[in-house]
This record gives sequence, C-alpha cells and structure tokens, in this order.
Amino acid sequence: MENKSTKLVVPTMAEMMATGENPDVLFWVGCAGSFDDRAKKITKAFVKILNHLDYKFAVLGAEESCSGDPAKRAGNEFLFQMQAMANIEVMNAYDVKRIVTTCPHCFNTIKNEYPELGGKFEVVHHTQLLQALIDEERLTVSGGAFKGKKITFHDPCYLGRANEVYEAPRSLIESLDAELVEMKRCKSRGFCCGAGGAQMFKEPEKGNKDINIERTEEALETKPDIIATGCPFCNTMMTDGVKNKEKEDEVEVMDLAEMIANAIDI
Amino acid sequence: MGISNLIFALFLGAATFLFGKNLLIIRRNILLGRDIDRTDNPSKRWKTMARVALGQSKMVVRPVAAILHFFVYVGFVIINIEVLEIVIDGLFGTHRIFAFLGGFYDFLIGFFEILAFLVLVSCIIFLIRRNIVQIKRFVMKEMDGWPKTDANLILVFEVLLMSAFLLMQAADLNLQNLGAEHYVKAGSFPISSHFAFLFEGMSLETIHLIERGLWWFHILGILGFMNYLPYSKHFHILLAFPNVYYSKLDAKGSLTNMASVKAEVQMMMDPNADPFAAPPEGADEEEPQRFGAKDVNDLNWLQLMNAYSCTECGRCTSECPASQTGKLLSPRKIMMDTRDRLEEYGKNLDENSADSEDGKFLLDDYITREELWACTSCNACTQACPINIDPLAIILDMRRYLVMEESAAPTELNMMFSNVENNGAPWQFPAVDRLNWKDEH
Repeated sequence: MENKSTKLVVPTMAEMMATGENPDVLFWVGCAGSFDDRAKKITKAFVKILNHLDYKFAVLGAEESCSGDPAKRAGNEFLFQMQAMANIEVMNAYDVKRIVTTCPHCFNTIKNEYPELGGKFEVVHHTQLLQALIDEERLTVSGGAFKGKKITFHDPCYLGRANEVYEAPRSLIESLDAELVEMKRCKSRGFCCGAGGAQMFKEPEKGNKDINIERTEEALETKPDIIATGCPFCNTMMTDGVKNKEKEDEVEVMDLAEMIANAIDI
Repeated sequence: MGISNLIFALFLGAATFLFGKNLLIIRRNILLGRDIDRTDNPSKRWKTMARVALGQSKMVVRPVAAILHFFVYVGFVIINIEVLEIVIDGLFGTHRIFAFLGGFYDFLIGFFEILAFLVLVSCIIFLIRRNIVQIKRFVMKEMDGWPKTDANLILVFEVLLMSAFLLMQAADLNLQNLGAEHYVKAGSFPISSHFAFLFEGMSLETIHLIERGLWWFHILGILGFMNYLPYSKHFHILLAFPNVYYSKLDAKGSLTNMASVKAEVQMMMDPNADPFAAPPEGADEEEPQRFGAKDVNDLNWLQLMNAYSCTECGRCTSECPASQTGKLLSPRKIMMDTRDRLEEYGKNLDENSADSEDGKFLLDDYITREELWACTSCNACTQACPINIDPLAIILDMRRYLVMEESAAPTELNMMFSNVENNGAPWQFPAVDRLNWKDEH
C-alpha cells in the first residue's frame, strides 16, 4: 500500500529560529529515517500526518547526527558520548524541550542516556504521539483499507521491553478497525528481530538460523495480512524475513505511521 | 546435659564456623569488583525486593515451575522454624520444647508436615523434569558435569531431608502412642500418620533407635546442606534478596554512561580546556582503570554478586534470540563463567600473594569473543531472570574492553564506527544529505 505523494513541508530548527518561531516538537528523524530507502517512507508518512494536522514541528536536518546508539551498544563508549554531547549541544542551543522520533533506538538513547550527559528532553515515540493525537481528537482515524484486516504487531525491543511501551502501537491498530492477532512471544516476552545491539551493521554469528527468520516464521504463523512494527530496523529485518519466506505478495511489513497515513488517505 | 548434647553442640559450632568462613570468602570475592553506587531510592528498592524476591513475581511466567518452586521456597522458609526447636532440643536434651504452645504447636507441626510433603513431591517432580523429561534449558552444554550434578544433589538432599523429617514424625507418633518416656503427646501428624504402619510390630527400643537416627540424620543433613550452599548454585536462596534490592531501577534500555569517558569527552569538547594542564591533586595516585572488563575484577561488585546469585535456571538462555537460533551465546553461561572465574581468581589470591596473577582472564579463557558479539542487547535475558540478574551489563563491559582497549571489534563494526565518526551516520552518507528525503518521491 503506497501512500500518495504530496509536497512535504519540513521546516528545520534553523529556519524556525530565523523567523523567531518555536516548534511544538522536534522530529528526530534518525539515520535510518534519513538515508535508508525503506525507512524514508516511514519518515515521509509521519511527516504527512503532521502536515495534515498542521502540527508545528521542525527537524534538525544537516545538524542532526547519529544518536550514538549503535556505537554504545557495540562497546564504543567514546564515540557514543562524543555523538551524544554534540547532539545535546545542538538541541540545547535551540532550547529543545520535546522530541518525537520514529526510531526506538534513538528514542531510548535520547530518553534514557542523554539526561546524565546534560540533555534533558521529553521524548516520545511516534506511536505515542499519534495515540495522544487520537485521544485528543485532533486526529480521526477509521479503518479504511485496513478494516477487518488481520494485523500482528512485532514489538521493537527498544520500544517494548526497554521502555515498556506496549499499548500505544496496539491501540493504533485497534483504531484502524483491524483484527490484532498476537504472536506467541509478544510484549515483554517479544522476540528480537535480530538487529539490536549494532547487529544491524554486521553479519550474524554462526548459528542454525537467522534471528529475523525465526521471528518472521512466528509472525507468519498468525496468518497476518500485515506485520506492523514501529522501528526502521525491525522493518528491514522483517521485510527481509518475509522475502526469504517468499510471502511478500501476501504479507506486507508496515510501520504504524504508514498505516495511519494510508487510513486517513493522505 | 549428656554426651550427645555435647556432640551436637560441637557439630553445630563447627558447621556455623565453617559456613561463616565461607561467607566471608564470598563477600571478599564480591568486593573485588569495582564500586557502583546503588544507595539511591531505598524505598523503591525495598518494594522491588518485596515484589520480585519475596513475592517471586517474575516466576509466574512459567506457572508449573512457579508453583513447585513456591512450595519448596515456602517450605524451606517455614520449616526452618522447626529447626529452631530441633537445635534447642539438641543442645539441652529436651524434646519438643515448644509443645507448651498447645493447640498452636499442634497446628504448626501439622502445617510443617504438609509443607514437607509438598516440598518432597515438588523436588521429585523437579528431578523428573531434569533427568527424564529433560527440559531443554536443563540439558544444554554448559550444564554438563558439575552444574548438572549440583542441581541433582540439591534436589536429592531436599528429598532426603524431608523424608527424614516425615519418618521421624511417624516414629515419634508411634512412641507417643506406646507411651514411651520422654515423648510428650504433642504435635499433629496429617502426613506422617499414614506412614506410622511402617513401625508396626517393632519394639519400643527399635523405634526409639530409629527415631534418634532420623533425628540426627535430619539435623546433620541440614548443617551439611548449609555448608554445601557456598559451593553451589543453591546459594541463590541467600543472595537473591540483596541481588534484587541492588538491581537496576532505570528503564531496561538504559545503559550506564562511563564516568571515565565522560570526563575525557567533556575535556575534548571544551574549547577552554587546557590539554597540558597538570592533573588535579591526587589524581595520579590511583592506577588508571581499564576501559571495560577483561577479567572479573574489572566488573563491579553487583555484577559479581549477580554471578553468585545465579541458580542456573536458564530462563534467560531460553528467551535469548541468539541462543534460540543456535549461536554460541548463552546468558546463563556468561553468569556461570563469571562465578567460576571469580572463584578461581579468589583462590589464587588466597594461595599466592595478593598481587599475584595466574595469567588467566574472564575474556577468552572463559567467555569467547564470538559469544560477546552475538548479543542483540534485546534485554530478553534481564526480563526473564526471576531475580533481576543482568547478563547484558557484563556483555557490554566486555565489548567495551574489546573495542576501547584492544580495538578488536568485527571489521564491519569498525566501518560503522568510522562512518559515525566521519559523517554522523552508520552508513556512508554525508550529513548534508540528511534532508534529501523531503523532496524525493
């Protein structure tokens, strides 16, 4: 399900500052969201929703830099802290208070590891923001193409177990009038897609199966029309898994932002 | 006070002394670790301990094991009240010293019997699960040899102790009914009365001999078991509580920021910093610490306490995505290796001088690099652990050593590092292109 293409309005913090404006939220795009072809679609879908609602947001653009998550988890604390402190300096200079991000890794790092280094922000994941917008009735969603569809949700580790956000993505699926089917291992017992801890950037160690294949098989057992997730890395891993199982014609891997954008037909 | 009381007192004294000595060794070993501050938020820590350790809240994920373990746990804690009576009787030659409590005593003894029976049944089922059903997490490679024997020994120990207690009760009941001198009519026998027939037709002297034999077997067994604890994974019955109390309260996804690195990075980023400034007074007295962990003394005391608290149940490993897909990594093995190496490290300190080195390390001699690099940092292990052990913290510290001291990350990760360093993204895209997506269709 492709989303329609419209001209996106994406102000940067620098532009906002130049006009003396202050955004309600900084959208932290993340490296995957900026550069990865699949993840860019998620970024664009989310921005479309924000534009549709005239939500006042801004991005850092070229001033954004890797949050440092993969470096930290691979053991390179120096590189992590250099990234973190540089990012914090930029955001503090813009007096950023509130951040939304479509990447659970950036979400976790900025929320939990930046404060001690001087970066104290209110950080939400995009599924939490979307859910809040629905609750406030600023955003109205009905099922659209998803009505009655079977959807399973893969919990990203850094959203779920790491930060105990389990409900926001699920209630978004429910707002689509879809049938949410849970995998055997879900929520706090969710099974990793295989990309965390900097695994995204290396070949896996020797074993008898790839982690994303194991997880995709579990997802396919629920016979879903769509595998939903909320992380660009999980998305890549699950998409690869579905292709490996030659199910890409039957099952789509989608981010919740894409689903919402599609459902409100923008 | 007779000779048997004296012998009892000697056994009790020796057992307590030996146990105390071993506790001090373990304490010393744990304190070989680096310092970590866990004095914050005591009220939340007490609550967590009440819920997770005392209340066993994380056990329920696997209901069968949870119920059986609950019986053994409650049985262990409560039946120990009876040990108090046994010790007093043993020291002063009394019998059922608490019998004056009357109806309440009868209730207690009856309750102990039921608990003892539940412990007995649970331990037999546990033995079956380990040895006949062979549940996967109990028969994995790291369980070969001593860990498997240890697990079975604990269960057999408990089966024997509980059997001795119940048979002793049955013999006592017979003696009470036969009107034997010294055997006050007290207690209730909801379980053991069903075994009273075993002593039918025996003379009072024979039953008395058997009762005394069981009494000694039971109490010496308990003292022996106590002294077995420091050598066993069963030590968790003591350390589970402090281990949970000191466990991480932050979000699972939050990893520590290394303070030593923070100071250096801040200096690098401070335009006013003087790189040639003399170190502050007293700064060079301490030997600079290694970045990350190569050996057990590079870990902090909580990580070492974690290792002594682990009871090798393998819930971590059975949830670990790397383990489940056949990788070498097993979070349980990380904990077992840490304890094994720590005990070896401590022994070397005792046998040789305090600064002697045995040429071995936790890294490579126990935990391989392949294991460390297989972790996805997904926190399934920390979620699964019933007593909040954190294998991920050890894995991360060892990765830190590999990367920051040895520059020994896998090649692809080194490429990722240099991309982040050069262009602020893990891939080779320039920062100026970050917003290109805006105009792409």
